[in-house]
Amino acid sequence: MAIWLRRSRNLAHYLKAEKGFWKVPNQTRLSPCFFNPEISSSATLTGENCGNPPSFLGNSPTLFGSRRFESIKAGREELDLEDENGGHQNQAMDFPGGRISFTSEMRFVSESPRERIPCYRVLDDNGHPIMHSNFVEVSKEEALKMYTSMVTLETMDTILYEAQRQGRISFYVTSIGEEAINIATAAALTPHDVVLPQYREPGVLLWRGFTLQEFANQCLGNKADYGKGRQMPIHYGSNKHNYFTVSSPIATQIPQAVGAAYSLKMDRKDACVVTYFGDGGTSEGDFHAGLNFAAVMEAPVVFICRNNGWAISTPVSQQFRSDGVVVKGKAYGIRSIRVDGNDALAVYSATRTAREMAITEQKPILIEALTYRVGHHSTSDDSTKYRLVDEIEHWKTARNPIARFRKWVNGTGWWSDEDESELRANVRKQLLQAIQVAEKAEKPPISDLFTDVYESLPSNLCEQEELLRESIKRHPQDYPSDVPT
Amino acid sequence: MWGIIRQKVGAGGFPVPILEQSLPRLRPAVSAWRRYSSAAKEMTVRDALNSALDEEMSADPKVFLMGEEVGEYQGAYKISKGLLEKYGPDRVLDTPITEAGFAGIGVGAAYYGLRPIVEFMTFNFSMQAIDHIINSAAKSNYMSAGQINVPIVFRGPNGAAAGVGAQHSQCYAAWFGACPGLKVLAPYSSEDARGLLKAAIRDPDPVVFLENELLYGESFPISAEALDSSFCLPIGKAKIEREGKDVTITAFSKMVGYALKAAEILAKEGISAERFVTKQVINLRSIRPLDTATINASVRKTNRLVTVEEGFPQHGVGAEICTSVIEESFIYLDAPVERIAGADVPMPYAANLERMAVPQVEDIVCAVKRACYRSVPMTATA
Repeated sequence: MAIWLRRSRNLAHYLKAEKGFWKVPNQTRLSPCFFNPEISSSATLTGENCGNPPSFLGNSPTLFGSRRFESIKAGREELDLEDENGGHQNQAMDFPGGRISFTSEMRFVSESPRERIPCYRVLDDNGHPIMHSNFVEVSKEEALKMYTSMVTLETMDTILYEAQRQGRISFYVTSIGEEAINIATAAALTPHDVVLPQYREPGVLLWRGFTLQEFANQCLGNKADYGKGRQMPIHYGSNKHNYFTVSSPIATQIPQAVGAAYSLKMDRKDACVVTYFGDGGTSEGDFHAGLNFAAVMEAPVVFICRNNGWAISTPVSQQFRSDGVVVKGKAYGIRSIRVDGNDALAVYSATRTAREMAITEQKPILIEALTYRVGHHSTSDDSTKYRLVDEIEHWKTARNPIARFRKWVNGTGWWSDEDESELRANVRKQLLQAIQVAEKAEKPPISDLFTDVYESLPSNLCEQEELLRESIKRHPQDYPSDVPT
Repeated sequence: MWGIIRQKVGAGGFPVPILEQSLPRLRPAVSAWRRYSSAAKEMTVRDALNSALDEEMSADPKVFLMGEEVGEYQGAYKISKGLLEKYGPDRVLDTPITEAGFAGIGVGAAYYGLRPIVEFMTFNFSMQAIDHIINSAAKSNYMSAGQINVPIVFRGPNGAAAGVGAQHSQCYAAWFGACPGLKVLAPYSSEDARGLLKAAIRDPDPVVFLENELLYGESFPISAEALDSSFCLPIGKAKIEREGKDVTITAFSKMVGYALKAAEILAKEGISAERFVTKQVINLRSIRPLDTATINASVRKTNRLVTVEEGFPQHGVGAEICTSVIEESFIYLDAPVERIAGADVPMPYAANLERMAVPQVEDIVCAVKRACYRSVPMTATA
C-alpha cells in the first residue's frame, strides 16, 4: 500500500508537471476524480478518494500492455486499476462536458436492465402500512380530507359520465382509478404552487376548493363558467386556484411549466410548478425538450407522470421500450422516483419530498406514478374494444386506490361505514343538484363570442358583432331563445 | 432664378439630371441647405432593433430575451449584441436547439407574468414551434376567458435572404396573419423597426415580429423623435411612404424598398407619357390587424391597386388585401387588382433561379403599367 501511495504521488507530481502532455485544461472546470467518477473533486491521485484498491501489483494483463509504452516515456509509470465493473482504467481524458475515464473493455450498456426500478409504496393491498417504510405522516384531518375528496372525485366522474351518456353534456373524461394520484399530489402541495395539468387531474382543482357547481358550470358551458363557454367540457381553469386552463394538445404544458418555473425562480418565490402528463405524453417532443431544458435551467418544477398503462388504445409496450418513464429522468440529469400511484400515502410522501427538493435545491424532479386507467379514455371511447374486461374489473376492484385508502382510515379508527354511506349520499345529492342548476342557468351572452381574442376588442370584431346583432334583430325566430343577447 | 427653374420642372418637362447639370454652382449650397433642415442621423435596421431591445429591457425588468445564439454569440445576426453583457444570463438566455422547447418555455413564462422575447433564427424554424405559437400563445387568452394573457413577442428574420434555399427562404406573413389572437408586424425601415418592436414588447397580446435578414444592414435616416426611448408606433396602422394619385401599391418588409424603387423608375419614365404615373406606396407595417381603412381610402383615391409580397401567391397577404378592397371599394376600382408574389415553388438555390422566384423591381413596374392600361394584361405572378 505504501509503495502504491508513493508511486501515485510521483505520478501526480509528474502529471502536474506534464500538463501540456495531458492537455489538462483549467482544473476548476473538471468534474469527477480521476479514478472514481462518483466523487467530484479535482484530479488528485493520492488514493484517499478511491474506493477501489489497486490491483496493478497483481497479474493484470494490461499492466504488461502498458509496459510497452515505457520506452517512449521513460520514468513514467502507468497505473492500472480495475474498476468495480471489471474494466480497466488506464487513463482519463477531458472531453467537452467533463472528464471521462476510459475502459479497454468494449461493453454496450444494456437496453433493458436486469431488474426494473422498484416502486415505492407505503400501504400494502390491504391498507396496512408496510413495516419499516419511511413516509411523511399525515394528520387525521388531512387524511380524512384526502379520503372524502377521493370519494367526491369518483362520484363526480361517475355522475357526469352518465350525464354525457344521457345527452346532457357533450363530452367527459373520467379519472377513475387515478383518484390517489389526483388527490394525494394535490394534498402535498401548497396553494401557491402553480399547476399545469394535462386533462385527467380535476382532483387537484377539487382539492384546492373548486366547487361541484363550478365543475358543472364549465361542463355545461353556461354564463357562470369561468371559461365563458369557450371550451369543451373538462377544460377547467382557474387563476385564483393557481390551476392553468387545460389545453388539449398533449404535453404542451411540459415546456410551459418550465417557463413558469423560470419565472418563479426569477421572483425567488417559495413555490414550485407542478405539471402532469400521462405515459403517452412522454412520447411527445415537448417532453424531451421540457425535461432537458428544466435540468439545464435548474428550474423548480415537479414533473408527475401518471403512467396508467394506456394512451387511448395504445398500451405502454407500444409507447416506449424503456423501463417506464422513471429512467428517462436520469437521462436528462433529473432526480426521479417511481411510486405506486394507487397508494395515496406513498404518492403524498413522494410529492411532498419532491416539492421540498425542487424548491430548496432549485432543480426539477420527476415522479412516475404507476396506476391503471380504469375508465375509458373519454366518452368517445369504448375501451372494451382493445382490452379485456377482466383486466379492467381487476383494477377497479382488487387494486382500487380508494378502497385501499379506506381500509387504512378504517384501520386507524378515523372513518366508519356510516360516515361512508353518508358521504356518498351527500355528494351524489349535491352533484345532481349542481347539474340541474347549471343546466337551467343562462348561456354566455353574444358579446363573449368576440371578447378576449385580444386584450381589447379590435375594430373588425366590433363590426362583426354589430352585424351579428342586426342579423338577430331581423330574424329573431331563428335565434335560440335561451342564449341572451 | 433657381425658383423659376424649379417651377418649370414642376410643370412637367425637364428631367432632374439636366437641371442639375445646368446649375453646378448652386448645387453645393442646395445640398448644404438640405443637410441642415432634414434628419441628419442614419441608423441600420440592426442597430434600430438592438436599441429597441436594450431600451425595453432596461425599462421593464420582466422583459427577457431567449433564443439560439442570442447571448454569447451576440445573436445569430448580431441583433442582440451587447445585451448579455449588460443584462446577464438571467435575462438573455442561450437555449438548447429546440424551437418547440423554448417557444413552450416562453409561453409558460408569459403565462406566469414575465414578458419574453423569443428569437427564432429564422421563421422557417418557427414551424417546429408552431403549435405553441398558435394553439397556446394565440388562443389562450380567449380559451381561458381572459384569465391567461400571453405578452410574448416571437421575432426573427422572415422571407428570402440570398442563396439560402427552400428551407431558409419562406415568408410566413400569411401563415401567422391568418390566426386570430396573434398580432403580426413587418417593419421596413429603421424607424419601423424601433417603433414597432417597442410596441410589440409593450403589447399585452402575443406578437409575431417578422424582420428581414437583408434589411438588417441597410441604413435609413431616423428622426430625433424616433430615437427617443419612449418612441412607439401604433400597431395596425400602415404608413404612406410616397404620395401619389394614379395607383396604390401595398407592400411590406423588403418589398417596400422595391416598390419605392419602382416608383422612382416610373416617375422618370412617365416623361414620355401624357402625364406622370404617380404611385402611392403603402408600407403595411402591420399584417394583422391589417390597416384596411388606409388601403381602401387610398384605392378610392387612385382607383387602381397593385399588391406586392415576397411570399407564395396562394392564400397570401395580397389575396386578403384584394378581397378586402373588393368588399369595400369595388365600385372605385378602374382596373383588376394586380397581385405580385413569389413564384409558386420552393425557393431554388441557384442565383439565377432565385432571382426569378422572387419579385423584382421590373415586375412591379410592369404590374403598375398593366393596372394603368399601359401594357398588355397577363397573369400577375412573378
